[in-house]
Amino acid sequence: MSAKDDIVIIGAAETDELGKLPDMSTTALHLQGARNALADAGMTPADIDGIATVQTPGPVAIAHAMGIEARWLDGTGVGGTSFLFHVRHAAGAIRAGLAETVLITHGESGRSRVDPAAWGRSPQSLNGQFEAPYGVFGPPTAFTLTALRFMHETGTTLEQLAEVAVAQRRWSSRNPRAAMQDLATVDDVLASKMIAWPFTLLMCCLVTDGGGALVVTTREKAEARGYDKPLVHLLGAGEAADSPMVSQMPDMTSFGGFKRSSAAAFAEAGITHADVDHLMIYDAFAHVPLYGLEDAGFVGRGEAGAFVAEGNTSPGGRLPMNTNGGGMSYTHTGMYGMFAIQEAVRQVRGEAAAQVEGVERSVVMGNGGMFMAGATLVLGRSPR
Amino acid sequence: MPPPTKPAPVPTPETLPFWEGCAAGELRIQRCTSCGKHVFYPRPACPFCYSTDLEWVVSDGTATLHSYVISHRAAPGFAEEVPYVIAIVELPEGVRMMTNLVEVEADPEKLPLDMALRVVFEPRGDVHLPLFAPAGSAA
Repeated sequence: MSAKDDIVIIGAAETDELGKLPDMSTTALHLQGARNALADAGMTPADIDGIATVQTPGPVAIAHAMGIEARWLDGTGVGGTSFLFHVRHAAGAIRAGLAETVLITHGESGRSRVDPAAWGRSPQSLNGQFEAPYGVFGPPTAFTLTALRFMHETGTTLEQLAEVAVAQRRWSSRNPRAAMQDLATVDDVLASKMIAWPFTLLMCCLVTDGGGALVVTTREKAEARGYDKPLVHLLGAGEAADSPMVSQMPDMTSFGGFKRSSAAAFAEAGITHADVDHLMIYDAFAHVPLYGLEDAGFVGRGEAGAFVAEGNTSPGGRLPMNTNGGGMSYTHTGMYGMFAIQEAVRQVRGEAAAQVEGVERSVVMGNGGMFMAGATLVLGRSPR
Repeated sequence: MPPPTKPAPVPTPETLPFWEGCAAGELRIQRCTSCGKHVFYPRPACPFCYSTDLEWVVSDGTATLHSYVISHRAAPGFAEEVPYVIAIVELPEGVRMMTNLVEVEADPEKLPLDMALRVVFEPRGDVHLPLFAPAGSAA
């Protein structure tokens, strides 16, 4: 692919700290992530001509706060996978000449709730009429609703569900920035506080404050600037929608967002599963990576639970997955997708805390809402 | 401050026939007269063939348990219900809806998937909500 069409991530960074940051607003978290990503790229706001981010606070507010006169803006907000969508949209916009260098930001005061995004929906909304009246209380009691059907249809056991959390602690125990670094056993996971049967606390993601940002441009531009880190090339990307309400998924045991976006991304990248050295699958809850492994075809139907339990996704396994510790053990601000991309970039560059040896290609699969929208990115150390 | 009350749906013009059905003790869903498929949630056009010729039909009030969680966290207004069952049920026509299970213990042993259920209606705000009980339990 020509240097002009080869899209690269030239800057990637998170906020200085993650966790409990009551002294920073949502916008401040975005802006610190942006500052760090620009520093990583060796750029200033003057180099940026495109902005993509979610509401709150939205691309206009970020551009204005940074003094950027953007000529391309994207406010796609489809939950935690939005930042994967932004990368794909930025690639299209850059190739079309609508922008040259795009900044994608995330910040969320998920735990401290300093100027958070508005929460709750009108009682006239579909959700307000057909889900909220039944006492769903955020993702722990709604995102999890499909799991028993998935387990029933695929033969996945409760212990295998717990193994997802166990495997990710093996990774987070090697990551000094992870919120939860203690190893856990299946018994520990199953004995932790019951949240929503069959999900215990350790099968659920964290709720934290934090942020991060990416700078996306062309290889041509990056080479012209003499960038001294390994460039991370976007080899393929896909996006897809499933259902605005978890209760209305066409198939509760398969997520169209993962299935269709991964097929598109793999086709564009021209890769097969054997070409993937490293994998990030958005783990809001322990069942979600199992869906991802099966929906993307890394394993056959009903095989994901055993695949994880046998250690294939753990350190030393053949498909290292969620190597930062994931949303369950690293951090989860609410819209975790940005952190999944950050870890994939670090792994491809060779600078991750729990570095996997020789990562040539990494796949990132994001979920938005509760099985609402999905996206997949294929990132590589070499151009397509 | 009074304790929070459970959220009550507010119908829109598209969904009103559904809620009117619930108030009348009937589970009404849409059926496409063009392709014959059933549709839930209520909407202006068929998602399968895009026809706008949707009619309202009465489902027989039976369902099966498709999936569920037992919530140990109280949503606003649900403090006295904990633990409670949030379920997805499937009607004979194939459409699914979220609901709560009633007249049954919130115990996984008592709640095998695909168990037979029947609808009961509970007043909530200005509407009646369709909840489901085991088919065999006393009416």
